[in-house]
Amino acid sequence: MDGSFKDATTDEQQIRNFNLNFGPQHPAAHGVLRLVLELDGELVERCDPHIGLLHRGTEKLMESRTYLQNLPYFDRLDYVAPMNQEHAWCLAIEKLTGAEVPRRGSLIRVLYSEIGRILNHLLNVTTQALDVGALTPPLWAFEQRELLMEFYERACGARLHANYFRPGGVHQDLPQALLDDIATWCGTFPGFLDDLDGLLTENRIFKQRNVDICIVSEQEALDLGFSGVMVRGSGMAWDLRRAQPYECYNEFDFMIPVGKNGDCFDRYLCRMQEMRESVKIMLQAIDKMNAEGPGDVLARGKLTPPKRADMKTSMEALIHHFKLYTEGFHVPAGEVYAAIEAPKGEFGVYLVSDGSNKPYKAKIRAPGFPHLAAMDYMAKGHQLADVAAIIGSLDVVFGEIDR
Amino acid sequence: MTKALEELGNRLAEGNSQDVLSAEVNDVGELTVVVSCAAVPRFVECIKNDRETRFSTLIDITAVDFPDRDKRFEVVYHFLSMYSNLRIRVKAHVREDEQVPSITGVHASADWYEREVFDMYGILFDNHPDMRRILTDYGFKGHPLRKDFPTSGYVELRYDEVEKKVVYEPVSLVQEYRQFDFMSPWEGAKYILPGDEKPEAAK
Repeated sequence: MDGSFKDATTDEQQIRNFNLNFGPQHPAAHGVLRLVLELDGELVERCDPHIGLLHRGTEKLMESRTYLQNLPYFDRLDYVAPMNQEHAWCLAIEKLTGAEVPRRGSLIRVLYSEIGRILNHLLNVTTQALDVGALTPPLWAFEQRELLMEFYERACGARLHANYFRPGGVHQDLPQALLDDIATWCGTFPGFLDDLDGLLTENRIFKQRNVDICIVSEQEALDLGFSGVMVRGSGMAWDLRRAQPYECYNEFDFMIPVGKNGDCFDRYLCRMQEMRESVKIMLQAIDKMNAEGPGDVLARGKLTPPKRADMKTSMEALIHHFKLYTEGFHVPAGEVYAAIEAPKGEFGVYLVSDGSNKPYKAKIRAPGFPHLAAMDYMAKGHQLADVAAIIGSLDVVFGEIDR
Repeated sequence: MTKALEELGNRLAEGNSQDVLSAEVNDVGELTVVVSCAAVPRFVECIKNDRETRFSTLIDITAVDFPDRDKRFEVVYHFLSMYSNLRIRVKAHVREDEQVPSITGVHASADWYEREVFDMYGILFDNHPDMRRILTDYGFKGHPLRKDFPTSGYVELRYDEVEKKVVYEPVSLVQEYRQFDFMSPWEGAKYILPGDEKPEAAK
């Protein structure tokens, strides 16, 4: 199949590049990714990602549902860190309506955003290790993820599809026992990270597969539209939590790990360090909550349901509750772009409202989309085996890329 | 922050007066610059290379469909400057039969975003290296995010046991597609409830 043999006349033989289908059911493709690779021997000449196999038309569906009904769709985008996505949607609505989140609600949001970040990084770091041949790390990390998802479950009743952040705050308050348990877990988790470090960071095989693979320079990171760990790994200290603080992140003391070489290994190191920083933020949030005592978690107003007790006695509260969950609240006409620092990078929502109870247009800006788009550029000239390592370090999840 | 954006908007409007149609900061403190369709690449390159602002990161390209307007689509670009920590939104109004010049020459990352806009809205980008569909199925017809495209779509597919392959069929819904209308009858409803029809004179 590799062209015709012309040995007799020219003593040369024409060789055509080999085309390889990588995925859509390849375990290292992290979901339903189909890569059409053009290989010259074992070197990648061209890489054409075919995406959209998980396209569910989220943005179309959102146009015919109320703002509150749209919230659960965000859990299903990046399903490894669900609450971070909800956060962006809530922020967009809050910006347009001008709703103020109560102090305790804001702290709970920070706490759970950081849990989401650890959930995501645990999965990514260890599956990246799995892609290059290490089987143990995912088994260890999934135990920790299970503990974290238990915290999700105790807050909102679901391990993954939380639907917990609401415009104006969070759905329900956390019990004190849960806060104490999260604080206890924060004490044990750095020990686990040390174990994981010991398993991977100086591991000869892991380093051989990741060091100096897929080097992205600062300029390239800008040109390719990267965000999150992908720019931090290349040496830019860019983090939306610090640069454009949302919620109450400006009160927290944390560091932003930055890579030096911009290769897969530096991105791995960044993620490991970010988890340690997230634990610091979580402990600070819990301390603040303990110090400040109980309080409201939802802004009271048109955006949020009335208190259950009020509904028993007040007709207006009952009407409000009924109208909120049928008609939904109206958002003033206008447009807004709200972005958060999701674990994978900048997750943004561009919302156009026409003043009704449904969004006129909602565009979800997923961080994985530009990262995967750069795959052709980054994989060029690498070995076939490196493709798996590159995908691992890109941290792609198809729920958000395909939408 | 808002003041800096207002100044930037004025400066951009003055510096590119033939391209910029309007520049304003909205209620939530975001700068929106409307440029003419043909000037998009020129303007984008200008704000990318501008020494003071350097909007070097392309965040997003999308479009909004307004079927009633003469220029039906708004193509919306978002840029971020990691140097001056500012964001800008650039808009261009486009007719349905009009092509938008691609900005892939300025921002390489625009490639997939423009493909997505083409896929979802059917807006063609001039000079794009690879104008294929991206999110929808191979061989898909129509542009799903247009307002006149039904949410249920036109075709559905299933695995056929007899033919041993996936077959495409027109959508057949066992019950009518449920589009709930929760608007208040005093405000939103344009229909007349059954039994409520009165002759015009009786009102």
